[in-house]
Amino acid sequence: MMTDTDLSNPELAEVEVHGMNRASFLLKGALATGAVYGASAVAPFVSSALAASSDIDILNFALTLEYLETNFYQVKGASVHLSGEAKTLAKSFGDEEAEHVAALTGAIKKSGGKPVKMPQFAFPVTNQAGFLKLAYTLENVGVGAYNGAGPSFTNKALLAAAGSIVQVEARHAASIAMLTGGKITPNGAFDKPLTTKQVLAAAGPLIKS
Amino acid sequence: MTDHPGSADDGATTGVVEMLARDDVERKRFLKMAGKRMGAGAAATGLAAFIAACGSSSSKSSTASTSKAAPAGTTSSSSSTTSSATAAASSGDLAIVNYALTLEYLESQFYAKVVSSGLFKGAVLSVIKTFGAEEDQHVAALKKVAMSLGTPAAMPTGKFPIKSASQVATLAATVENLGAAAYLGQAPLIKSKEILAAALAIHTIEARHAATLNLLTKKNPTPNGAFAEPATMAQVLAAVKPFIA
Repeated sequence: MMTDTDLSNPELAEVEVHGMNRASFLLKGALATGAVYGASAVAPFVSSALAASSDIDILNFALTLEYLETNFYQVKGASVHLSGEAKTLAKSFGDEEAEHVAALTGAIKKSGGKPVKMPQFAFPVTNQAGFLKLAYTLENVGVGAYNGAGPSFTNKALLAAAGSIVQVEARHAASIAMLTGGKITPNGAFDKPLTTKQVLAAAGPLIKS
Repeated sequence: MTDHPGSADDGATTGVVEMLARDDVERKRFLKMAGKRMGAGAAATGLAAFIAACGSSSSKSSTASTSKAAPAGTTSSSSSTTSSATAAASSGDLAIVNYALTLEYLESQFYAKVVSSGLFKGAVLSVIKTFGAEEDQHVAALKKVAMSLGTPAAMPTGKFPIKSASQVATLAATVENLGAAAYLGQAPLIKSKEILAAALAIHTIEARHAATLNLLTKKNPTPNGAFAEPATMAQVLAAVKPFIA
């Protein structure tokens, strides 16, 4: 099980990106929040990193991840020339991630917030095997991120929406595992929630601005 | 996360679903591949601590009995981490936990019957065993949570039609999709943050099981598209009624 100490690594420095747009600002804010709350997790299942965040902050954090996934499937998926089942799944999953982006954007506006803009991404993969490996990682990070943030929602309707999305992320992760030989249930019987710090350790290096 | 270079391309050039639809040799080969995919069945980490935390907040006279699921502390910065997370579960939470426990009992019994049926061998059998063992862990966890809140639901006696491999696989897919929908339907109703966190941790496991079984039975892994649909307690109980003796 990852601890906050494990995540105090140089990779996080990459989160300190240059052109500071709203997304990176939020990510940095989340990182700071995680630093404050991460160490005092009340229970293994409760990721308290977002405890002090507003619903809108959580939604924007999720939106950033969904931008990342969408861009990964749609743009990177095209550039590595996927074939067969991988191509089929990437198309279908990319479409679904795009729907998540649209839904989160709408929810943020409806909640009176301002949706973050899509950051620039860079994915270090050059072939199908690498693509699927990173897809598996990203989907599992998505599951952990939503599960970690879930209990922090104050608006139950937003929690329901997030639950509806995270179930799909889990289904994606399992599907990719079936395709690649990854573990269907990498955390055993209980999926682990991730703190924002843990999410950033995984996703931060892929965000360029 | 384990890297399996090469196998990704193998799986991709011949579609998973297409492979299943092919002849028996292909099918066995696929199932063998699927078998390698199963994790070592990691033990429930940290659950004991979770349960201990729940136990400390158990209260017969619901201190969080109001409809305000999220206390004011939730959004304030200081003290929220501890106080709101350990807010006592209400009697509503006990009912939800017992409902989940009942479903997990049924899933656990179902997988046990499937394992002993002899209909599956090799890799698929190991997938089924892993899923069954995970349901067993859900039962154990939920039972302890229920005990910390009050009286756990009695174990139901399941009755499941076990006829053929394909029929059983289809039933398993149905059961897991229903389970995922059931957790999704309850999540917004859970008052205790800890119990909610546990339910979410289980919810995505049911989802992973469901997607796997959907693929094994040539169904869409995301049958509802981008947004999974919840099911109410009434819908789920009506659906499982035929499986309770």
